[in-house]
Amino acid sequence: MAEISQDSGSHKKGKKRRAKKLTTRIDLTPMVDLGFLLITFFMLTTSLIKPQTMEITMPSDKKVLEEDQTVAKASQAISIILAKDDVVYYYFGKTEGAKLIKTNYAPDGLRKILLEKNYDVAKQVEDLKAEKIRTHMKEEDYQKKLSSIRANKNAPVVRIMATDDSNYKNLVDALDEMNICSISRYAIVDFDEPDKQLIATLAP
Amino acid sequence: MPKAKIKRKSTWVDMTAMCDVAFLLLTFFMLTSNFTKKEPVLVATPTSVSEIKIPETNIMTILVDKTGKVYFGIDGQEKRKLLIEKMASIYKVSLTPDEIKKYTLLELVGNPMQAMQAYLRLPADARDLPQNNLGIPADSTNNEFKEWVKSAREVNPDLRIAIKADEKTPYPIIKQVMKSLQQLDESRYNLITKLEGAPGRE
Repeated sequence: MAEISQDSGSHKKGKKRRAKKLTTRIDLTPMVDLGFLLITFFMLTTSLIKPQTMEITMPSDKKVLEEDQTVAKASQAISIILAKDDVVYYYFGKTEGAKLIKTNYAPDGLRKILLEKNYDVAKQVEDLKAEKIRTHMKEEDYQKKLSSIRANKNAPVVRIMATDDSNYKNLVDALDEMNICSISRYAIVDFDEPDKQLIATLAP
Repeated sequence: MPKAKIKRKSTWVDMTAMCDVAFLLLTFFMLTSNFTKKEPVLVATPTSVSEIKIPETNIMTILVDKTGKVYFGIDGQEKRKLLIEKMASIYKVSLTPDEIKKYTLLELVGNPMQAMQAYLRLPADARDLPQNNLGIPADSTNNEFKEWVKSAREVNPDLRIAIKADEKTPYPIIKQVMKSLQQLDESRYNLITKLEGAPGRE
């Protein structure tokens, strides 16, 4: 009410007086408040980190023709069994009469063994990476060379078997080790009878 | 000695510059942001050294939580509408247009078709409760999960499969999911992981 009367009063006077020059300065504080409020909202709701992904290709269920099947040499084969409580067992060669060795996912565990076995390929990949940085190699050329190194016939073949007691992290860790050690030929296989017996002999 | 008159300073600060900065930052965040997708459960993905980024469109997400419940979702509201209509006709569940609309707004859903209607009728805040998410069955006796994947593939042939599972998910459930995908001849898929520090090689 007071405002209205005041307003009408000034209006009367204004007629006589010269129009007062209004300042063009506006208080921007509320606008800044609003701006920062919205910034806070956007900062909290956005995801700046895109999730990483690991691409894997599994064999399809279709029957594979006998001649298309690749038979791994026993000397190249490594079998990895992912067991309970982050324990890994591995053995080389055939299942019959194999000796299980216990290890873990630490860098000096599984990775050390795989790198030893895959020394040639891992070395070449390492060299290629260094060369890429040194010579600013094109990405295409790099990929081409990388795949030719990885196609090495003498590289080990890894069978990954997960027991029902293992969890998803174990599987991803094992697959990750394959990537780190540049092993191109690996497969996730069912944990079957002969291997089960092998593990059973070990159990206390 | 004359008393020095202390000049009273005005407390008025010019806010224009600050306002400029605020809105500049706001513009940056608005343009670069993509909103975090709302997920019905929180999963801690395992870490890996893989640096491949997942594309943003044409993604079929399979979420597996710690307890082994399977959630499923595809991107694009139009596609989702077609998917739910297809699934409703397969499982002979009649959904009202309003319920279909509700489904299209959900990123991931972890309920079998039989429980879908009841789930969609729930108020929004009750949908994330664990007892209201039964998980899509993926075992060999009742493999509804396979139907979801098959229907999603028919709706959008360009879909890529992304599996996002919790670190602690027991392997048998992952095996079931992988087996189901294998039976559908979907042999290429992505496992979503977090980036871990580059490993030391000696």
